[in-house]
Amino acid sequence: MGTKQLIGALGEDFVAKYLVGKDYEILDRNWRIREGEIDLVAITKHGVVVFVEVKTRTSTSFGHPLEAITKDKAYRLQRLALAWLTVHHKWGFEYRIDAAAVLISKGEKFEIDYRIAVL
Amino acid sequence: MTSSVALTGLIGHLVDVEVDISDGLPGYVLLGLPDAALNESKDRVRAALVNSGESWPNKKVTVSLSPAWLPKSGSGFDLPIAIALLMAQGLIPKDEIGNTIYLGELSLDGQVRAIRGVLPSVLAAKKSGFVRALVPFKNYAEAKCVFGIDVVAINSLGDALRYLRLGEIPETPEDLELSENDYLLDLCDVAGQVGARKALEVAAIGGHHLLFIGPPGTGKTMLAERIPSILPPLDDESILEVTAIHSIAGTLLDRALLSKLPPFVSPHHTTTAPAMIGGGAHAIRPGATSLAHQGVLFIDEAPECARGVLDSLRQPLESGNVTISRAVGSVTYPARFMLVLAANPCPCGKFSGRGRSCTCTQVAIRRYLQRLSGPLLDRIDIRVFVDSPSRVEMASDQLGESSATVRARVILAREIADHRFQDCAWKLNSQIPPSELRKRFKAEKQGMNFLHTELDNERLSARGFHKVLRISWSIADSNGHAIPTREDVESAFRLREGMELLA
Repeated sequence: MGTKQLIGALGEDFVAKYLVGKDYEILDRNWRIREGEIDLVAITKHGVVVFVEVKTRTSTSFGHPLEAITKDKAYRLQRLALAWLTVHHKWGFEYRIDAAAVLISKGEKFEIDYRIAVL
Repeated sequence: MTSSVALTGLIGHLVDVEVDISDGLPGYVLLGLPDAALNESKDRVRAALVNSGESWPNKKVTVSLSPAWLPKSGSGFDLPIAIALLMAQGLIPKDEIGNTIYLGELSLDGQVRAIRGVLPSVLAAKKSGFVRALVPFKNYAEAKCVFGIDVVAINSLGDALRYLRLGEIPETPEDLELSENDYLLDLCDVAGQVGARKALEVAAIGGHHLLFIGPPGTGKTMLAERIPSILPPLDDESILEVTAIHSIAGTLLDRALLSKLPPFVSPHHTTTAPAMIGGGAHAIRPGATSLAHQGVLFIDEAPECARGVLDSLRQPLESGNVTISRAVGSVTYPARFMLVLAANPCPCGKFSGRGRSCTCTQVAIRRYLQRLSGPLLDRIDIRVFVDSPSRVEMASDQLGESSATVRARVILAREIADHRFQDCAWKLNSQIPPSELRKRFKAEKQGMNFLHTELDNERLSARGFHKVLRISWSIADSNGHAIPTREDVESAFRLREGMELLA
């Protein structure tokens, strides 16, 4: 695994723990089809399916991590979410798309900026 | 929320700048019909904030400029947007709404740049009861022309923030006096041309439009350029009006601020109709006719002008303002000017005196001046033949009369006219309507007899009759006659007659 992938995986692990800490159940990770990939799929206590796009950075010198989610990528997330629901026979479930920015600074310190229902 | 002003012509509309910051992907949405320059505000505002040591909210930012239906243009909203952004985040104390207006473009490093139209904007804010205006440093003097509103000049976004947070008032430029403008051009520079000088003076008294005809190099342009120097200085109200127009056009740098000198505008003869009367796709800008408001519009080589362009002058000549309609709306600018046209007598320009060196055919000569359309010529009262000064005149080292002397006479004569027209709807001799000319404003009996004889001899048309009468009133005012005498009428006739070529 390259450094980039490693950083990404670290970020996703961190977000997964964060969600578990908030009583979410993780349903899926790195679900991939030809269209693209969903980083995390979780479900809340109230049965809302949550799709999470995770952006991990080690510095903010290239701007806020979430700025990397362009309009096109946001639409793709939307389509992927619907695809996931179809494949997993969860049509009709309430769902939302969240975004999480993870900043890993020196000394292995993690900072999270979690945004609910960004689309 | 902050307030700013959007301009439609000279009229300012108050605009509220609201900012909402919500969770969601970082993004920026600007609502309220912005044009291209305004849409780019996001990147300017962001860079300016960051470079002034403030933070940019990495959230979903929605900026709304209301009223939403009013199209807005220009970069002047940068500052109010930046301030509203910081207010929405609680980074600066909220101001009482309806208290302060903000105007200014931001540069990427956080400097505040000058914008157009500050004067009319501040004027509109004051009328709506605002007590304070934050304006770019370079527009301070302009904003200061409006009395009854506090003006704070800011050089940078940092200045504005220190002012809003700590009440630190930034350094202001020196207050300027209403400038007694130096007259740069003086009538005494012109050698000879006694007849033309007299014509200028009469035209200045009555506000008559002028046509100069003469070969190249005889001083037509020189004479025209000196007309503002013999016109009465602008009064306070006109100064504000003229300065406001130039503020919108962005031509204030060419013109001393708050100058009492009537403007002089000379568009090139290849100019287009939109440049002449105003136009533009987003913000409708004033054209030459409005820039010449309360002053002189000089068109050199008038017959070379596209016919449509000259004819576009008819509306402003008629009504004293121009209305321009575009997709974004319609705008009215004032445009009351003295029209001065200059023309060569023929295409080669040498037809004068005995016309020996002229190479044009008779037909070409006749056609040349016919390019000026009848309705336009109709509005021109005085036609002056300008010929080369004689050898004696050129050799003379005695200067002609100076502008100041002539101006003093013009002012005096206008006062007389003002007094006479106290209860009338018009102010100048050139504006007396025909019906009034026949009833209340006749010349002396002898003078009227002269005119009637000329009319009988078919040397004068009915239209010419009225024009000669109006000019004779101006001449009478300059000679101190209570009503025009026979001599006044005769010299008016000569001024009018100047041009047989057009007959």
